[in-house]
Amino acid sequence: MKKFINGVDQVENQMIQGMVKAYPGYLRKLDCGNVVVRANKKEGKVALISGGGSGHEPAHGGFVGEGMLDGAVAGAVFTSPTPDQILEGIRAIATDKGVLMVVKNYTGDVMNFEMAAEMAEMEGITVKHVVTNDDVAVDGSLYTVGRRGVAGTVFVHKIAGALAETGADLDEVQAVAQKVIDNVRTMGAAIAPCIVPAAGKPGFELSENEMEVGIGIHGEPGTHKEAMRPADEIVDMLLDKILADLDYSGSEVAVMINGAGATPLMELFIINNRVADVLAEKGIKVYRTLVGEYMTSIEMEGFSISLLKLDDQMKELLDAKADTPAWKE
Amino acid sequence: MADSKLVMEVLKRIGEKIEEKKEYLTELDQPIGDSDHGINLARGFGEVEKKLPTLEEKDLGTIMKTVGMTLVSTVGGASGPLYGSAFMKIGMAWGGKMEISMEEILAGMDVAVEAVKQRGKSTVEEATMLDAMVPALNAMRTAAEEGLEKKEVLEAGCRASWAGAEHTKDLVATKGRASYVGERGLGHQDPGATSFSFMLEMVKDSL
Repeated sequence: MKKFINGVDQVENQMIQGMVKAYPGYLRKLDCGNVVVRANKKEGKVALISGGGSGHEPAHGGFVGEGMLDGAVAGAVFTSPTPDQILEGIRAIATDKGVLMVVKNYTGDVMNFEMAAEMAEMEGITVKHVVTNDDVAVDGSLYTVGRRGVAGTVFVHKIAGALAETGADLDEVQAVAQKVIDNVRTMGAAIAPCIVPAAGKPGFELSENEMEVGIGIHGEPGTHKEAMRPADEIVDMLLDKILADLDYSGSEVAVMINGAGATPLMELFIINNRVADVLAEKGIKVYRTLVGEYMTSIEMEGFSISLLKLDDQMKELLDAKADTPAWKE
Repeated sequence: MADSKLVMEVLKRIGEKIEEKKEYLTELDQPIGDSDHGINLARGFGEVEKKLPTLEEKDLGTIMKTVGMTLVSTVGGASGPLYGSAFMKIGMAWGGKMEISMEEILAGMDVAVEAVKQRGKSTVEEATMLDAMVPALNAMRTAAEEGLEKKEVLEAGCRASWAGAEHTKDLVATKGRASYVGERGLGHQDPGATSFSFMLEMVKDSL
């Protein structure tokens, strides 16, 4: 394993400290642990908190700021943060309008955030939550814990964050967050795995001409391996799954081409070139396109495509002002 | 049957065992999960060990509750809330006691199983730690009802626990991150069922 780190047990803390030192005008780190909140707390609004394991930078700390999150909690690499840390974050950002937790659908994340919410409720803080589950690679059947929350989660941060900034009530903010979740789908593929620093070896292995299809964001294996193909064919395969899952016909969409950490922009644009052509062919109008790294998996070589089916409210909130380290509008 | 000094000894040995098996547990997690079970548990029990000296002379309820809180706040993932809730519930069952009988050990395991079921919204045959915990508890209860000695009761529990862990190889996981790999998880032993079996083995060896 070769990484620019100082020791596997210092990765998360030094990452967070470095992030806060890069954006002191935006972020403040709590003393208790790897929790970041807005440098200037805003009262009179629903406070949004999200988080998860480290290794997804710029998520989630990079989306803390005006028009998006109020706080973000970072666990160990690819490991959910613990309830006490989440609770510290909730306490720091809570306003009298309540707190909305945006949780990605993983067993550990849901359990830890639920425990934190129970503890916060005991202290008299109103907490509600939504669970994102945009990954179409996994069947949301009885046989799984449901679909995983992946890059589409960032649209939830943006749109629910924008509504919260207007002073809307907790129920309204929760409803719009759920609307985004109901209308966003994602699927990804990878050609090289990532290495969790503390594990020292990759989560899956691929030979020179293989790719892993249906990957999540934790270096875990995807749904299956198959032979490497030209980018356009891979895009077609992923889009087929996404478009078969939700009726996008005649709608306007926001597209996110998310890099997993080690896929160059050059390749992400080649991917978007095909995505745009296929959507045009199918009569799906692209309202906005985002290409870049939003929800990474350390140094995985891979990408995901997210399509968010928009309505007028979501369009307006997507375009509303945001000023965070990783998303400026 | 067991006083707080002995229970602290068990906890110390569990920590040593988890540390020793850290890489093995992480390897089990690799094909079906995200390669961190051993790392996370070892971190948690490392913190538990640091707290042990502060718990001398304390009652068993306080000891187990402290262990549970420590695991919840240091392990992360799913195993933190699961093992943490289990230890906390045992602590509540043993509140104020300085010594416990085999019956109370079984009662403690019973509330631990319930805590894991509730927190994980899960049951047996889903390829989780419950597939080791539930058979172990049942076997121990049967052995105790038959009037067997504590050593034999714990041996029966360990055998059932390891058989249950082995059985997870034949199950398609429907809970936890392993559920995402579906049938590709067949043939792989569940890391949580395995770590529980190691823990019970330490109870058996110490009492």
